[in-house]
Amino acid sequence: MEERVLTAQFGLENIFRIDVYLQHGGYLSVRKALAEMKPEDVMAEVKKANLRGRGGAGFPTGIKWGFVPQKVEGPKYLCVNADEGEPGTFKDRYIMSHIPHQLLEGIILASYAVGIHSAFIYIRGEYEAVAQRLERAIEEAIEKGFLGKNICQSGFDLDVVVHRGAGAYICGEETALLESLEGKRGHPRLKPPFPASVGLFQRPTVINNVETIANIPLIISKGADWFVQKGLPRDGGTRIFGVSGAVKNPGIYELPLGASLKDIIYCHAGGLPEGKKLKAVIPGGMSAPVLTAEEIDIKMDFDSLAAANSMLGSAAIIVIDDRTSMLHVLKTMTKFYSHESCGQCTPCRIGTSWIDKIVKRIGEGKGEKGDLETILRLASNIKGKTLCPLGDAASLPIISLTRKFYKELESYLPN
Amino acid sequence: MSPEFSPQTKKKIEEILAHYPKKEAAILPILHLTQQEFGAITVEAEKRVAQLLGIKPIRVREVVTFYTMLKRQPQGRYLVQVCSNLSCSLLGSERLLNTLKRKLGINVGETTPDKKFTLATVECLGACDQAPCMMINLDYHTGLSEDKIDEILGSLK
Repeated sequence: MEERVLTAQFGLENIFRIDVYLQHGGYLSVRKALAEMKPEDVMAEVKKANLRGRGGAGFPTGIKWGFVPQKVEGPKYLCVNADEGEPGTFKDRYIMSHIPHQLLEGIILASYAVGIHSAFIYIRGEYEAVAQRLERAIEEAIEKGFLGKNICQSGFDLDVVVHRGAGAYICGEETALLESLEGKRGHPRLKPPFPASVGLFQRPTVINNVETIANIPLIISKGADWFVQKGLPRDGGTRIFGVSGAVKNPGIYELPLGASLKDIIYCHAGGLPEGKKLKAVIPGGMSAPVLTAEEIDIKMDFDSLAAANSMLGSAAIIVIDDRTSMLHVLKTMTKFYSHESCGQCTPCRIGTSWIDKIVKRIGEGKGEKGDLETILRLASNIKGKTLCPLGDAASLPIISLTRKFYKELESYLPN
Repeated sequence: MSPEFSPQTKKKIEEILAHYPKKEAAILPILHLTQQEFGAITVEAEKRVAQLLGIKPIRVREVVTFYTMLKRQPQGRYLVQVCSNLSCSLLGSERLLNTLKRKLGINVGETTPDKKFTLATVECLGACDQAPCMMINLDYHTGLSEDKIDEILGSLK
């Protein structure tokens, strides 16, 4: 069964407008928090809810907020990561276009909890239409007194700015996002120091994904216990699964964490189109190692997928059918990572482009004996040897695909 | 001579600068505006932006050459970018790209002689549930088919 909590209001006409949103209980969590709760109460509730980050890494949100020093002179910042670029992922675009005010509500609550008065939404430049909708929502929220000075007469101030990126996958990595927002190339930073202590403009900074923040109003209005019940004990709430590729009904499906991958593909997304059979599934965006058709009897949560040597990532499910060549999938993957590697770390910059050249050559019928071993060796030499997770994100799916579909890939090479 | 921004753009730039504690942080939004105004971010435009932000032109160049949406060369009036990533290619984006090449008479990376169209491929646009998709300038076109492409191209003046 679909469990529509976060996306409950998606079907309501014009819910992106503040007057409609207010008619349906909008901003009640903000009124409640600012009138009845101290910032530390909001943080405690989010910690108790076991909300894990929805961007890919799955770090517990309340704990991340707790790393920011409470008593510190000068500004602290919130950056909402709306640089949705992981191939197969489109859930944040839906959230921002359908319920922009729920995102703003979450931004107000997160900022109040951590003591932040300036927030940036870093949105990928391609989402121009969505960025305009967010800017309009911010104007509406200012008019109604939910943003700006003295929000709901509480004395709490908050400004929100929409910042457009300009086409770089790497800027979804949190420290690259900070560099980009400071006006530089999106080169990830060395950690530590972590953004919670030294972040945007060298100040303490919280960076959260859009879906993560959009969950906060639910936790505050319905309570952490309710939220935990909707998911798993260590992993509260629902998850928006985005299904694309070879299925009858691609789209977003909000389900409890731990939903079965098989059910998502065959029940919710309607299974594969007539005449096509399942060959493989990428379960969490392109960076998640591939599962074969035999491996889809699995629960979609962080721990179950990690146990299967893959990851939940952005919960973007790409379904691959039996008419698709896995060499084509590999080629798409290596082209992507070699294009999007920022170039800062040599193993990633050289490794991804070298693998890409080999895969292209195989595709042109010029493969050589030993190519697959070279690909595996190169990919293994990227893993763990880069500043940011893009290196691993490129390496792991290339290794898993090459190993799991070795025989098929080998058939493209001379005997 | 560095090109001058129009009065409207100057006003917008002032508004943008007010959002950031440091001028440099406004470089991406200002470069988006620069590109809209001059059609490309030329060497002269780089100098103008550098002057405005109080940084060296090389710092602007570093940024311009990093981000794929920022262009140093003028593009056709319509920049047609077809998603070449996995979800779209599973639903036939390569065939559609070939259709576009044939109809426009150009290859990827080229511009038609009348400067109307530039054809490009692009990485995932985040519209995978409506694949295959493409972006023309900043507008998304989804659920593409050969017929739909005809219709879209026909509607562009």
